[in-house]
Amino acid sequence: MALRTQTGPYFGEYGGRYVPESLIAALDELAAEYESARVDPAFQAELAELHRTYTGRPSIITEVPRFAEHAGGARVILKREDLNHTGSHKINNVLGQALVAKRLGKTRLIAETGAGQHGVATATAAALFGMSCIVYMGEVDTERQALNVARMRLLGAEVIPVKTGSRTLKDAINDALRDWVANVDTTHYLLGTVAGPHPFPVMVRDFHKIIGEEARQQVLDLTGALPTAVTACVGGGSNAMGIFHAFLDDPDVQLFGYEAAGDGADTPRHAATITKGRPGVLHGARSYMLQDEDGQTVESHSISAGLDYPGVGPEHAWLSDIGRASYLPVTDAAAMNALRLLSRTEGIIPAIESAHALAGTLELGRKLGPESVILVNLSGRGDKDMETAGRYFDLIDAEAEQV
Amino acid sequence: MTESHGGTTESRVERVIRARREAGTGALIGYLPVGFPDLDTSVEAAVALAENGVDVIELGLPYSDPVMDGPVIQAATQQALAQGFRLRDGFEAVRRITSRVDTPVVLMTYWNPVVQYGVDRFADDLAAAGGAGLITPDLIPDEAGEWIAASDRTGLDRIFLAAPSSTATRLEQAVSTSRGFVYAVSTMGITGARSDVDTAARGLVDRLREAGSESACVGLGISTAEQVREVLAYADGAIVGSALVSALANGGVEEVARTARALSDGTRVS
Repeated sequence: MALRTQTGPYFGEYGGRYVPESLIAALDELAAEYESARVDPAFQAELAELHRTYTGRPSIITEVPRFAEHAGGARVILKREDLNHTGSHKINNVLGQALVAKRLGKTRLIAETGAGQHGVATATAAALFGMSCIVYMGEVDTERQALNVARMRLLGAEVIPVKTGSRTLKDAINDALRDWVANVDTTHYLLGTVAGPHPFPVMVRDFHKIIGEEARQQVLDLTGALPTAVTACVGGGSNAMGIFHAFLDDPDVQLFGYEAAGDGADTPRHAATITKGRPGVLHGARSYMLQDEDGQTVESHSISAGLDYPGVGPEHAWLSDIGRASYLPVTDAAAMNALRLLSRTEGIIPAIESAHALAGTLELGRKLGPESVILVNLSGRGDKDMETAGRYFDLIDAEAEQV
Repeated sequence: MTESHGGTTESRVERVIRARREAGTGALIGYLPVGFPDLDTSVEAAVALAENGVDVIELGLPYSDPVMDGPVIQAATQQALAQGFRLRDGFEAVRRITSRVDTPVVLMTYWNPVVQYGVDRFADDLAAAGGAGLITPDLIPDEAGEWIAASDRTGLDRIFLAAPSSTATRLEQAVSTSRGFVYAVSTMGITGARSDVDTAARGLVDRLREAGSESACVGLGISTAEQVREVLAYADGAIVGSALVSALANGGVEEVARTARALSDGTRVS
């Protein structure tokens, strides 16, 4: 069976719907509406037009030879999702789901956010469609991403700092689910990654698969062949599923997902869910997760707020188990070095999330050699990370003084 | 665990609820989490429930991501986890409570801890500790194959949820797969005291009856004897949680006993 035709609710033994009964009717309604939208040419045309005139699609590809010199001489090509409106791939899914919410007659959007990128994208869609918007964000994250909080508020969204549990992304998802249970009549939960209960993993993947579909043709046009490998960073895994999907049935194209290893996958401080976790149930689906012996979720750690999540989408768990994609850890330090390298060799400042894919690519290129072509999903731009990068590289004091 | 009654097998929980119904009222089900404020006190508090008019004890296992719970229960279970709660403490609590009182004890647990412990091993250890069954707020019957098999094998009750938004087909499924009782969610929301118990609860219980339920208990938002009485006018049981947890947090075991006694007024035949 073709790997690209998976439609859920299960991917092998992963996926499903592990949620309170109160949400089942809403999930059934959403699944049915999405299914009808998916095959409705008018819906697809409206989304395509939005992508053309608002998102800025198709996003370009950029070959980066000066960066590639550090990757064993392999050809490295970036898929530029950082150039999308709002600065990352997140907008692809948000516009799709907002259109589905409109078909459902829902007028209120809720979302969870970690770094704030998905929250900003959702607030953007709410402004565009005249919907109200509530974004749940861990209190810890509202403090370390104050600029994105301001962006969301400027766009008209209400940002609710989540004070329960570890006060980070996983707790923001819990509170969004609690809100949804109580307000399901008027509210669509605009989940931001390929996780959660069915139909979210398949729906979010479908809204992002345009990344891989465009890139596959663009690389063919540029090089005359498919790439040797495709790489992406993996937190929940939406940008990776988006670029992997078009290549799933191209058996010669290797797929690599890079997880955030924080201080190191063998230390207690990481977010390398597939590398170090084991199967369990979290946030509505069965997948790999970071947990203790009793099944209590363990807190993750990463310098990248967008990858700082102790779970991962069920389709990735399945692709890992069947050996179709490989998932490898990348430390904070390796990611930050790759961030600086791309900035200095190519004049492109990537998001710290995407820098994990770049760091993995540097190592992969040395392994695959100069004949190889590696397509990297550059999922977001680094503007939002300037404070973190400034602190990390000690830029703010040192270089300000040089001026 | 179960015995034959009227041609079908009746569980201990079903027997207690039937006795209450036949007496012209209904059962009071009281929730408290294990390990809050500490293991010993949580056992004492559960025993106090049994000694003050509570018919079925619902013991909650603290979990890191309790999506069905409101602020009061979240705060209590989070404290228990911070103090080092382990799953084995749950079985220990059940053993200690059931050795002191006859009141049946069911565990309320999110699904992942059961999966990690091993579904069969969990069922065996719960049965061995004298527990009566499980309430599983984030496990729907559609995903429960392994648990249905393990509960059939051990005779444990399995209590699934029914919601105002559930279709007739799903209510029939909840009724036919549940044993012990069906947990009728009174409102579209999470746990926590509310001034009005939603009118949706009455409609849901009516629909559960049409789906064949003989044991429909209503939970979420019930915190006073008045509300217990109101609910028992149409349902087989009333489930109280946050009000008891607040009592324990604010006034210790004595306050839990007083609150349970006051709530049980709502189960008196007037």
